[in-house]
Amino acid sequence: MTAHYSALLIVVPLVVAFMVTIAGWIDKRWCFPLSAAALLATFLASVGVLAEVQQNGVVEYFMAGWEPPVGINLRVDHLNGIVLVAIAAVALLNLLGTRPIVEKTYADRLGAFYTLYILLVTGLLGITATGDAFNLYVLIEIAALTGYALIGMGPGRASLSSLNYLFMGTVGASLYLLGVGYLYLATGTLNMVDLAARLPEIYDSRLVLSAFILCLAGLCLKMGFFPLHAWLPNAYAHAPSPVSSLVAPLVTKVMIYVMVRVMLTVFTPVFAFERLQLGGSMVWLAVIAIVAGSFLALSTRRLKRMLTFIIVAEVGYMVGGFWLGNRAGISGAILHIVNDAAMTFCVFLAAAAIQQRNEGETIDDLQGLFAKMPVTMAVFVVGGLSIIGVPPTCGFFSKWYLISGGLAAGHYGFVAALLFSSLINLVLFFRIFEIAFFEPFTDHHGGHGHGGEGVHGVAIEEAPLQMLVVMVTAAVMLFALGLYAGDIVEGFVTHVIPAGIL
Amino acid sequence: MEPIYSFKPLAAILVSLIAAPFIFGSRSPNVREGWTFLAALIKFALVGSMLPAVLAGQEFSYTLARVLPGLSLTLRVDAFGMLFALVSSSLWIVTSAYSIGYMRGLDEHAQNRYFTCFAISLSATLGVAFAGNLLTLYLFYEMLSLATYPLVAHHQDREARTSGRKYLLYTVGASIGLVLPAMLMVYHLTGDLAFAPQGVLAGHATRTTVAVLLFMFVFGFAKAAVMPLHSWLPAAMVAPTPVSALLHAVAVVKVGVFSIFRTLSGIFGTDLLADLNLGVWVTAVASVTILTGSLIALSQDNLKRRLAFSTIAQLSYIVLGVGLLSAKGLTGGMIHIAMHAFGKITLFFCAGAIFVATGKKNISEMTGLGRRMPITMGAFFIGALSVIGLPPTGGFLSKWYLALGSLEANQWPILVVLLTSSLLNAFYFLPVVYKAFFCTEQESLFTGPRKEPPRWCLVPPVITAVCSVVLFFYPQPFLKLARMAAAALGG
Repeated sequence: MTAHYSALLIVVPLVVAFMVTIAGWIDKRWCFPLSAAALLATFLASVGVLAEVQQNGVVEYFMAGWEPPVGINLRVDHLNGIVLVAIAAVALLNLLGTRPIVEKTYADRLGAFYTLYILLVTGLLGITATGDAFNLYVLIEIAALTGYALIGMGPGRASLSSLNYLFMGTVGASLYLLGVGYLYLATGTLNMVDLAARLPEIYDSRLVLSAFILCLAGLCLKMGFFPLHAWLPNAYAHAPSPVSSLVAPLVTKVMIYVMVRVMLTVFTPVFAFERLQLGGSMVWLAVIAIVAGSFLALSTRRLKRMLTFIIVAEVGYMVGGFWLGNRAGISGAILHIVNDAAMTFCVFLAAAAIQQRNEGETIDDLQGLFAKMPVTMAVFVVGGLSIIGVPPTCGFFSKWYLISGGLAAGHYGFVAALLFSSLINLVLFFRIFEIAFFEPFTDHHGGHGHGGEGVHGVAIEEAPLQMLVVMVTAAVMLFALGLYAGDIVEGFVTHVIPAGIL
Repeated sequence: MEPIYSFKPLAAILVSLIAAPFIFGSRSPNVREGWTFLAALIKFALVGSMLPAVLAGQEFSYTLARVLPGLSLTLRVDAFGMLFALVSSSLWIVTSAYSIGYMRGLDEHAQNRYFTCFAISLSATLGVAFAGNLLTLYLFYEMLSLATYPLVAHHQDREARTSGRKYLLYTVGASIGLVLPAMLMVYHLTGDLAFAPQGVLAGHATRTTVAVLLFMFVFGFAKAAVMPLHSWLPAAMVAPTPVSALLHAVAVVKVGVFSIFRTLSGIFGTDLLADLNLGVWVTAVASVTILTGSLIALSQDNLKRRLAFSTIAQLSYIVLGVGLLSAKGLTGGMIHIAMHAFGKITLFFCAGAIFVATGKKNISEMTGLGRRMPITMGAFFIGALSVIGLPPTGGFLSKWYLALGSLEANQWPILVVLLTSSLLNAFYFLPVVYKAFFCTEQESLFTGPRKEPPRWCLVPPVITAVCSVVLFFYPQPFLKLARMAAAALGG
């Protein structure tokens, strides 16, 4: 059984996805329990795989027993082990937490919604687990197509945003596919490990260089790396809230994982960092991404849109940290994949809860929210603090590594950008806290005449209990990930980084 | 001596944090304040229970979590930390009593939130006092900024909102912008952030680097209100007076100077600063703040603002103490944390009591007040004496040690600064007292019988005033702790 954990990760949700469709035709009440069971199984399997990796090192699984180069293999090591757990956890929690919204909004299309949801998660898990470069493309497309559909289910401009995302996403995926095609031409294999073994002989070939550039460009587009981010804010902000709290934490992070994987495993650091000397310019691009993302976030007063621009900046964190090319920087980038998934999930879920109660979507509509939704706002505050980088939330510790990496590399521009972005995040979040806390203004001065409790006499109107439980869990996770950051880095991240990197 | 591995430091920190939800959820004021007192007394008892061992030269330590490879969240109770913890935990009890009188007297809103944030702030304060390394200190420092923000913004009007913004921008902005990179730089250079008797930085950095880091820390801990990052403090006076009293005269601002003190002594090391001749720069910065702060205080008519500028000046005495890099100077700086705390909290208590009883905020409106409120103004007088540094009050001792320290360090200009500042302090405090008591019948703005504020507002300032006097005659355990800490630093 244990040997099949990694396969179960993909197969269970894939099969259940179709069962959910059928359930949608027969009896809609079955859609949610089926999906929840599938994702719970997936989550347990991902933890199982991680435990196995922890014990025995790399876990490899050959689909249907076919070995590469003929068959497709799943290959889980310390790097994708933790990413898999993060994906499975966020997907499961989000499914549980957003149920009240989904059942209200998509009562007539539950089957379709949950099928797409599960397929999207399957795609993401597959992208992360696969050891085959072409298979990875196929799974990217599965995740992307289901993503377009899910985003398109939103109200108003969602379908237009989805179409835009579709165009850009297809360009990105095609570039990657082209790159993989070149690699196949050059080496005759699509298996990542085989590629890594065959590439060093032909590092000087132009074909390999073109493949590298195409893959990198395609991935940058898919992950929303500034200035290739234009699709991201609209798609994530206009998506239905249960969808944005799934795709915003996961999709960009998975794409960053793919970049790390392709660079470390396929091309190897020797090629990426030493032969091409690309690190410096990529980090400067990341600096631009961080600064631009921060300014863009500052320029909007729409809550979800602001959060999406923060993601643009965060993508810059991870890309920059990785391309610093030293141990601290890469550790920070990998740690931040997990941490950012957790904290983005936390704030997006809180935003979903807020939006469900409030009609407006700008931050000016959040007046009196601390009194109205105290728990939701508390969770939002925790998420905000983590994004600002206040210890002991997890955001602080990945930032710690990223800044250390910047200092070790002597890249002070990156250090300055990270600090700048932290300060902007401080402004962004406290701007919201202020409105939610102060407004509407009290009509007195000096604090007289307010004997009672229950500020302004606003009745508490919290999100559904199920949502609250999930939100609080997510908030607690931010602290847990922070306090165990040392163990995560020592137990997993250090194993990922090739010995040659200092 | 090996430190005692004990849960006590963490318990002392956690007590008020655990009490916070109970305080917040209380349905009646009496229950709420019961919880507050319970937490305050337990906290004080826990701190006090560690005192004998610390006085005997023992230390306590506790490791919370290993958050980064080779770097933990560690608590460590030494003499200096104990001194600060004693001051803040004992004054919390008095302030809680005062808060009851003040908040009920003015019928303030959101009192549950107020008492909750207060409790969390005290947890953070003790966390800073007991931090065993710079990372732990930073964590609790940030926690304190965030927990005090709702207190500064308590009134929820435009002014409170602007002040809250300023408060956050200065304290959190400076800590993220200056302390965080400086801390990472130290970690990058040395691979260690633990506070060591002679620092960790020696031999790892050039003079320029050390100087840059030094200023990043001195200004980055903006809670110390070293100029030019001081203007959040007068703005924060918009908060209810107990907040100004305990947090903006004792806990928060002292956390700022405590952090500077700890970093300069425990990360840089006094020897390193002396070798590189950098102490002079610290004393220069502190001197400018002392004199400018006192001069601005002269011109303030709002009593709380005058006290705030006085605090800005007095805080830099402590920074000055560490900048002197001599044993006497360090001792003086450390006991000034205690002496100034008792003196200044008395003054704030009195200012609040005056406000509760008469509604007056400005000094020009207080002529003849001594006839109406003799006990309050008497306590004010003693507090003023302590801050000026005149016997028989505790404030004299710390200034005495600082003066000796400046002679020991051969820096007589500092002595001039200290004396000038004391004169200025007298100029801005004594007229207030003089006009309150000695004025003609026509000048007096107050008539009628004696009318002191409610008992809960009156007793606390009397207690702290008496303490200020007692500390002159019997300055233990603070002086002993400060001497032990200074001896450990080997200055």
